[in-house]
Amino acid sequence: MNPNSAPNPAMGHNNVPKMTARDVNVFYGQKQAIRNVSIDVTSDNVTAFIGPSGCGKSTFLRCLNRMNDTVDGARVEGRIELDAQDIYAPAMDVVQLRARVGMVFQKPNPFPKSIYENVAYGPRIHGLAQAKADMDNIVESALRRAGLWEEVKDRLGESGTAMSGGQQQRLCIARAIAVDPEVILMDEPCSALDPIATARIEELIDELRGRYAIVIVTHNMQQAARVSQKTAFFHLGTLVEYDDTSAIFTNPRETRTKDYITGRYG
Amino acid sequence: MRLLIAFAMVLALAGLAYLAGRGRANRLVLAGGNRIGAVHSRPVYHGAYMAVLALAPALLLLAGWAIVGENVIEGQVVATMPAASQPAPGNDRVALMNEVRGLVTGDLPQAFNPLAPVLAPRYAAIKNNLDLLAGALAVALLCLGGLWGYSRIRPDFRARNRVEAQVRVLLLVASVVAIITTFGIVLSLIFESIRFFRMVSPVEFLTGLAWSPQTALRADQVGSTGAFGAVPLFWGTIFIGAIIAMAVAIPLGLMSAIYLTQYAQPSLRKWMKPVLELLAGVPTVVYGFFAALTVAPLVRQLAVMLGMVDASADSALAAGLVMGVMIIPFVSSMADDALTAVPRAMRDGSLAMGATMSETVKKVMVPAALPGIIGGVLLAVSRAIGETMIVVMAAGLAANLTANPFASVTTVTTQIVALLTGDQEFDSAKTLSAFALGLVLFMMTLVLNIYALAVVKRYREAYE
Repeated sequence: MNPNSAPNPAMGHNNVPKMTARDVNVFYGQKQAIRNVSIDVTSDNVTAFIGPSGCGKSTFLRCLNRMNDTVDGARVEGRIELDAQDIYAPAMDVVQLRARVGMVFQKPNPFPKSIYENVAYGPRIHGLAQAKADMDNIVESALRRAGLWEEVKDRLGESGTAMSGGQQQRLCIARAIAVDPEVILMDEPCSALDPIATARIEELIDELRGRYAIVIVTHNMQQAARVSQKTAFFHLGTLVEYDDTSAIFTNPRETRTKDYITGRYG
Repeated sequence: MRLLIAFAMVLALAGLAYLAGRGRANRLVLAGGNRIGAVHSRPVYHGAYMAVLALAPALLLLAGWAIVGENVIEGQVVATMPAASQPAPGNDRVALMNEVRGLVTGDLPQAFNPLAPVLAPRYAAIKNNLDLLAGALAVALLCLGGLWGYSRIRPDFRARNRVEAQVRVLLLVASVVAIITTFGIVLSLIFESIRFFRMVSPVEFLTGLAWSPQTALRADQVGSTGAFGAVPLFWGTIFIGAIIAMAVAIPLGLMSAIYLTQYAQPSLRKWMKPVLELLAGVPTVVYGFFAALTVAPLVRQLAVMLGMVDASADSALAAGLVMGVMIIPFVSSMADDALTAVPRAMRDGSLAMGATMSETVKKVMVPAALPGIIGGVLLAVSRAIGETMIVVMAAGLAANLTANPFASVTTVTTQIVALLTGDQEFDSAKTLSAFALGLVLFMMTLVLNIYALAVVKRYREAYE
C-alpha cells in the first residue's frame, strides 16, 4: 500500500481504528526524523513497528502519547487521533492522554520505591482509589494481569529496583495497566532482557491482547512475528509497508521490506 | 643568595646530565639499528633517569644545609670565643647572633652588644667557608650520581620503569603534603587546647552557660574572674548557621535547582547556572558589608515596628539571612547535580503515567535525588558554621543564650577573632580558649563532612 494515501479500509477488518495518524512529520531541530507517516492502530491487535536502528520507529511511537513533548526542540506536524479526537489539539490535556495511552520503556525503569508504590503511582496521581482497600485491589489486579502477583505478593514493600530485569519490566507493565489505559505503547520492551525473561514478556503481551490496543517497537523480527498481528516496516523515517504480520513475513510487497526481513541490511 | 646560585648551578648541571644521558642512549639506539626493542627505554627516559640520579642527592644535601646550616655556623662562631665569655644558649645567644648577622649584611649600622663587632668578621669568614664546602659537596655528589647513572645506560636497562617509579614517588609526596599539613593543624589545636583545659575544666567549657572570657590582669582587679561556658557560642553558631541560614538556603537553593534542571529552557539555564555559581565566588567580607550596612538596619527597623524599641543593630537574623544567601549556590549546585544524576528514564516513566511535571518532581525526582540533596545540605551547614566574616560584621559579640532572632548573639568564629586580635598573652586562659573553641568547631565540621560524604557516596552507588 502507499503509506501517503488513506489506509485501505479492509485493513481495519471489522474494527474501528483506535488510533489514526495522518501525514505525520517529526523534526528534531532542523533534522527530520519522520516523513509523512499515516497508519491506523486497531484495538484487538498487537501492532509491531520494525525497522533498522534509527529508522524512526521509536520516534513515531513516542508521538502517540506525546512523549516527544518532553524532548527539547522536537516538533510534530500532521494529525494523530485517539478515538477520533486530535491528541495534539489544544483541547486535549496531555495528562489525560497519557492516562489513556500508557507506555513501557526499553530499559525497565521502576521508581526507587516499593513494588506496591510503583503500581499505585498512576492510580494515586489520577485519584482512582478512594480507600486503601480500593488501592489494594487495583494493585493486586494490575500485578495479576502482569503475571507478577504470585512472585511478589509477599514482598510488596520491597524496593522495585531490587528485582531481576524481567521482573522489573513486568512491574513497569503492571504500573502502566494499573490506570487501565486503552492503548499500551512498548518501546523495545525486551531489548535489555535475557531470552527467558523475553519469552515471559511475550506471553504476557499475548495475554493482554484484546483488552488493550498494544503497539510494540522491536528490532527483533522473530519477536514481531511471534507477538503481533499487524506489522509496520519503517525505513529512513518513512513507513514502507503496513500489513498483516503473516503477509509481511511471507509475502512482502516492497523490495525494501523483503531485503530487511531476509537480512540484507539492518 | 649563595644558596640560590648553588641551586641554579645544580639545576644547570642536572640539565647537562639529562642531555648526556639522552645522547648516549640515542647513540645506542642508532647502533641497534633503530628497531623497537633494540634499546628497552626511549632515550628521554635514560636522560631523565640520569638527571634524577645526579639531582636528587645534591638537592637533598643543599636542602639539609639550608635548614641546619645556620645553626652549624653559629656553633662554630661561638666556639671561637673563650669559654667564659660565651653567651648562654637561648635568648642571649639568639640576640647576639642576630646583631652579628645584622652587622655582616649591613642592615644594622651599630651593635649594642660589644661582642658583636668582634664576632662579625669571624662569622662572615666561617659562613663563607662552610657555604663553599656545602656547595662543593653538592657538586661532587651531583657528578658522582651523574657518572653512576651514565655508566648504567645499556640497551637492556629499564630506565622507563625507574623514571615512572620516581614520578610516582613525587606524586605521592605532593599528595602527602596536604594531609601532613592537616595533621599539623589538628595537632597544634590539640596541644594549645590541652593547655587551656589545664586551666578550665572541659566539663565547664562544654556545659557552662556563661561566656565572659575576661580574666584579671593583676591579682587586685575585681570582676574579671572569667567564665568559659561555651554553650551560648555553640548555640549562636547553630542558630545562625544551621537554623536561620538553612531556613533561607534550603528552600531557595532546592527550588532554584528544580527550576534550572526541570523547567528552564536550555538557553536560560546556560547563563543562569553560571551566574548562580558566581555567587559562591563573592568574598565573604563583601557579604559582611552587605549584612552590616544594608540588612542589619532593615532587620532592626522591622524589630522596632514589631514593638522591640531597644532592638540591637546586630542581630542573629541579619547575619543568618545573608549567610543563607551566601550558601544558596552550595545547596543549589549539589541539588542540581543530584537531580541531573537521576536517570531520565525515571522522569519519562512518571510523565508517561500522566503525571504532571510538578508531580514528577515531588514524587519521583526529589525522592530519588534525596541522598545527594541531603549531602549537599550537610556540606553547606558545615560551611556556614565555619563562616567568619559575616558574623563578625553583623552578629555581634554578646554571648546571649536566646532564640529571639532579633537579639544579638555571638558565634564560635566571632569569639575566636575577638580573642586573637590585638596583643595577646599566650599563657592566659582567655587567649588559649580560642584554640579550644577552634578544636570543637573543627570536630563539628569534620563529623558533618564525613557524614555528608558518606551520604553522597551511598547515593552514587545507587545508580551505578
